[in-house]
Amino acid sequence: MAINWFKYSAPTTFYGLAGKLIPWFAVSAAVLCAVGLYIGFVVAPADAQQGEFYRIIFIHVPSSILSMFLYLIMAAYAAMGLIFNTRLSSMMASAIAPTGALFAFISLWTGALWGKPMWGAWWVWDARLTSELILLFLYLGFISLHASIDDPRRADRAAALLAIVGSVNVPIIYFSVQWWNTLHQGSTIKFTGTSMHIAMQQAMFTMLVACWLYAITVTLMRVRSIILERERHTKWITELPEVQA
Amino acid sequence: MSLDIWMRENPLSYIWIGSYAVAFLIFAIEIAMVMHKRKVTLQQVRLMREAEKSEEE
Repeated sequence: MAINWFKYSAPTTFYGLAGKLIPWFAVSAAVLCAVGLYIGFVVAPADAQQGEFYRIIFIHVPSSILSMFLYLIMAAYAAMGLIFNTRLSSMMASAIAPTGALFAFISLWTGALWGKPMWGAWWVWDARLTSELILLFLYLGFISLHASIDDPRRADRAAALLAIVGSVNVPIIYFSVQWWNTLHQGSTIKFTGTSMHIAMQQAMFTMLVACWLYAITVTLMRVRSIILERERHTKWITELPEVQA
Repeated sequence: MSLDIWMRENPLSYIWIGSYAVAFLIFAIEIAMVMHKRKVTLQQVRLMREAEKSEEE
């Protein structure tokens, strides 16, 4: 039996689906975060050069990856909203932006905390760090621009343009360590292999999945509020059990 | 200078307080804000529904 996936692109059906999925994603995120921290702090050995300080990567690397991927997903949703005029796509873009901004901030913050003991400085105007800071500003610009326009549909269109143009920054962040001489180290994990200890890899990947699940949980929670707010004049919203309660 | 010495003597405390505690605090604040937003939006929708009902009556 074929499932009609397109029906979930309508806010009416997506609202209920998101409500059912949130607890599963939330519990999985919490469990995986606990497992990842246990492996990262108890099982994984100290680094030969960096000592204990390297353990910041278990939050720093997933945050950095999430900040970039969430931006691309946000831009993709914004583009779909702009091209196909689908309501849910623009709502999803608005729901992703604050979480992406927080991950960009955590990436910069934890990077600074790692930089101080390793480089002797909280901040340097390195290509990787600067492009990540621009990413944070792009997120803040998207949120501010969207909030500054009263009509939600016009706000969606204006913010979508910024999101699409800003997406050029993501490959710049990723390839900055190859294109320029940067203080920031290159990728430790490559398709050809890695020199990392297996426990370090396990901790990092577990935390990466936990962060993904957390981001999905919070985005779904936020998009349900956005749907409620924007569709409040419709009949299906007034018939919801939580509204009638 | 004293922070430099402290962080080298207590690397795990430095990591936990400086990065993990801050990250988890940010996550907790975000969850609280999202839940608060939903509560407020639901209240607004209920008030609108009640106002429409009383207008009809």
